[in-house]
Amino acid sequence: MVEIRLIEVREEILAENQQEAGDIRAELRRRGVYMLNLMSSPGSGKTSLILRTLRELKNTFRFAVIEGDIDAVVDAEKVVGEGIPAVQIRTGGACHLDAPMIAAALKELDLAALDCIIIENVGNLVCPAEFDTGAERKAVILSVPEGDDKPLKYPLIFSVCDLLVVNKIDYLEGSDFNPEALKERVLRLNPGMRILALSCRTGEGVSDWIRWLTDEISAFRKGMAGGPVKDR
Amino acid sequence: MHELAVTESLLQVVLRHARAGGASKVVSVGLRIGEVSDLVDEWVQRYFDHLSRGTIAEGAVIRIERSPAMFRCGACGHSFPADPRTREEIRCALCASEETALVSGREYLVQQIEVI
Repeated sequence: MVEIRLIEVREEILAENQQEAGDIRAELRRRGVYMLNLMSSPGSGKTSLILRTLRELKNTFRFAVIEGDIDAVVDAEKVVGEGIPAVQIRTGGACHLDAPMIAAALKELDLAALDCIIIENVGNLVCPAEFDTGAERKAVILSVPEGDDKPLKYPLIFSVCDLLVVNKIDYLEGSDFNPEALKERVLRLNPGMRILALSCRTGEGVSDWIRWLTDEISAFRKGMAGGPVKDR
Repeated sequence: MHELAVTESLLQVVLRHARAGGASKVVSVGLRIGEVSDLVDEWVQRYFDHLSRGTIAEGAVIRIERSPAMFRCGACGHSFPADPRTREEIRCALCASEETALVSGREYLVQQIEVI
C-alpha cells in the first residue's frame, strides 16, 4: 500500500524572482543608483513621460533606461537620441519583465556613472504587477482615454504601486472620466498611493512629476548610510 | 497571461521541497491565491502538466484555494471581506465608514504538497 505524505511548503510561488529582486535592490542601494519601474497599458504614455523627464532632468541626474516593451526598438532609439544609455530587453513576446531579465540588463550599464534607471516595462496592466524587478519604486500610468474604471478591472497593479500618474488630462474636457471616482477606487486599494495628474502633450502638471522624481532620487541618495559606494 | 512564467517558478519550488522530503512522486500541489491576483486556474494546470513531464511532479493535480480580499476600516479597525472590483463604494460592515483599505488578498503561496 502506497502512503501519501503531506509536506508543508508555505513558500511564495515567485520566491526565486523575489530573492533575485532583493539582491538587485541591495546592490543598487550599495551603488547609489535609484531605479523606478514604470508600468502602464500600451499607449498610455510611458515613452512620452520618459522622454519628457530626460529632457528636463538630464543635466541634473545621470539617467539610463531599460526598455522592455515588446516593440521597444523605436522607444530605445528615441531614448538614445536624447544622449541617454538605453538597454533593450528582447522579451520575445513575454508579457512582463522579471528580476533575472533586469539583472542581465544591468550588466550592460556602467552603474558607477548613473544616478537613476527607469525601467519601461511591457505595456500591460496584469502581468508586470506580479513580478518584482528590484526597482526601488513602482509607478503606474493611467491615461484619461482608458477610463476611470481600470482600478476595478486590474486591482493588483494599483495596489502594489507607489505612484499613479494620470496622463492625457488634456482629454478630460467632454469625457466622462471622473477623477474623484478614480481617486476613491485607488486609495481604497492603496491608501499610500501618491497621485499626480498631467499631460505629456501640453506639459500641464509635468513639473509636479519632475519634482516628485527629483525628491525621490535626492531622498534615496541621502538615505544611504555613509553615502553611495562608487567604484572608480 | 503570465501563467507560464508563474508555473515555471512554481515547479521549481515544488521540486525543491519534494526532493528535500525524499519524495519519489508528487501527487498534488496546494496553492493559495488571493482574489486580487489574476491567475487562470486552468492554464496553471495545463502548463504544469507540460513543464513537469519527466520529473517526479508529472501528473500532479494543482488545487487552488482563493483567499478573499480583506479590507480594514480606518475608523473602527474592523476587518471584512469585500469585492475590490465593485463599482460601489466599499463601506465598513460594522460602522459604515468609507475609510477602508485593502489589507490582504494578494497571496501567491504554495501551501503544501502531497507526495509518495
